[in-house]
Amino acid sequence: MVLMQGNEAIARAALDAGVRFFAGYPITPSTEIAEMMSVELPKVGGKFLQMEDEIASLAAVIGASLTGVKAMTATSGPGFSLMQENLGYAYMTEVPCLIVNVMRGGPSTGLPTHPSQGDVMQARWGTHGDHPAIALVPSSVLDCYRLTVRALNLAERFRTPVILLPDEVVAHMREDVTLPEKIDVCDRELPTVPYEWYYPYDDSTTDVGPLAPVGTGFRFHVTGLTHDRAGFATTVPAEIDRAVRNLKRKMDRFRREIIQVEHWNLSDAEVVVAAYGICARSAEAAVREARDRGYLVGYINLKTVWPFCFRLIQRVAETARAIVVPEMNLGQLVREFDRAVCGKTQVVPINRVDGEAITPRQIVDVVTELARPGEES
Amino acid sequence: MVAVRFAGYGGQGLLTAGLILADAAAVYDRKKVIQTQSYGAEARGGVSRSDVIISDEDIVFPKPDRLDLLVAMNQLSVDKYTSALAEGGTLIADATFVTTVTFPDYYLIPFTQLAREKLQREIVANVVALGALIELQGLVSKEALAQALAQRIPPAALNVNREALEVGFEAGREAATARAKAVQDYDIV
Repeated sequence: MVLMQGNEAIARAALDAGVRFFAGYPITPSTEIAEMMSVELPKVGGKFLQMEDEIASLAAVIGASLTGVKAMTATSGPGFSLMQENLGYAYMTEVPCLIVNVMRGGPSTGLPTHPSQGDVMQARWGTHGDHPAIALVPSSVLDCYRLTVRALNLAERFRTPVILLPDEVVAHMREDVTLPEKIDVCDRELPTVPYEWYYPYDDSTTDVGPLAPVGTGFRFHVTGLTHDRAGFATTVPAEIDRAVRNLKRKMDRFRREIIQVEHWNLSDAEVVVAAYGICARSAEAAVREARDRGYLVGYINLKTVWPFCFRLIQRVAETARAIVVPEMNLGQLVREFDRAVCGKTQVVPINRVDGEAITPRQIVDVVTELARPGEES
Repeated sequence: MVAVRFAGYGGQGLLTAGLILADAAAVYDRKKVIQTQSYGAEARGGVSRSDVIISDEDIVFPKPDRLDLLVAMNQLSVDKYTSALAEGGTLIADATFVTTVTFPDYYLIPFTQLAREKLQREIVANVVALGALIELQGLVSKEALAQALAQRIPPAALNVNREALEVGFEAGREAATARAKAVQDYDIV
């Protein structure tokens, strides 16, 4: 058992899961990750690079990953904005990597040392073009560890960048944790065919093809231009259509494997509180209190915000009278709830953008207004 | 469950004090602990605070609702956070900088002055305050505190910090005695 900070747990998990390359530019509230990686990576034969900015940081990460090394970066809002161009490049070229974006108040320089959840939509649609997105949100220090491992596994498994989205509270708080003794680590598939048979973007037999490390004898082309199976730019409509659709298809097909949601007390719930990150902690405290006072309230903690858990929310909308969505922004993920429930039930946002976390009290007040009081339990 | 806040200017070592207390409680006394912090974008100055919740049970929401203990290293922190103290809570303030307190239960101890005069190092005022807090309120065992201190303070600075802790214990004892005497005097009057 140790007392560990969220950011420390992220770095620890990355090292344990086999990350051996980190390029970044320090920025509050993510700096501890870079700090720890700079100390620990050389000890295990890894490389740490401080780049001139966040654009270069993600470029270096993509390059490192193409050589077969597990690579990551960590940043916050302003840096995440700069990374959007290369994030699109990584989606397009299908290069696995981990981007940790510790959310602070925005827009722009905003609140460097205060929390927010303002980058939820940026994590989904920040880079241009049709692309998939996986974003995981931890709500505890242990989550920081587990979800970092998971994010790296998903990146390798689906050959895609994966975003970890802690808020400043979770990243900076320290909790007593017992880290798992053993973790499952997934490594990308490597080609087993002869050199001349290898196509890096071949989706004819599998949704996620093997990725050959640069310099191992497999020759292929990497470009941000829409490309054919060999990686060369194409303007053939059928090839373009196939390339763009496949990016989305691999994510749609495996969404059940990707989406991870913790929930309890849904079956009899009149009101359900659905939250993520630090708000899920407020929600848990609020739901427990409301239950103790006899209100029929359920709890959902979205550890995966992208892809969104449409099926679960559709099912909840059949039985619950209201879904309460607390967010430290002016209503971002709540739009997905609206889309999922199609007016079948009431969706009630709770928003806070003053640099402070939403408290259990705020949620209890809303929930007890919406739910009928039940029997004292 | 007990909630403690260390508050002062950025650079006064409040985060370190919170961290040592949290470490002592979690790692060495095996309690459930959450430590959170809030500070400005400045490297020095601005109001900085570190909150520690110590509990025997799991802590769900990491930010304290009401404070049981406030350790304030300047007047600004006293003014800003006294209202967050729970009824029955205690304020412990650095008398070097704090002149006005409005909370009924308080101790005024000159942490910075003690650090300056007894240790020639103003920078360890935070550890003096931590020592006084533990002497007055318990919270963690002194063994745990010593172990956490050794864990969190770089070796080169450890000795002066150990001395600072002792100065804090002593200041805490004196404050407790002074208060006991004051209460006694009051009874006589």
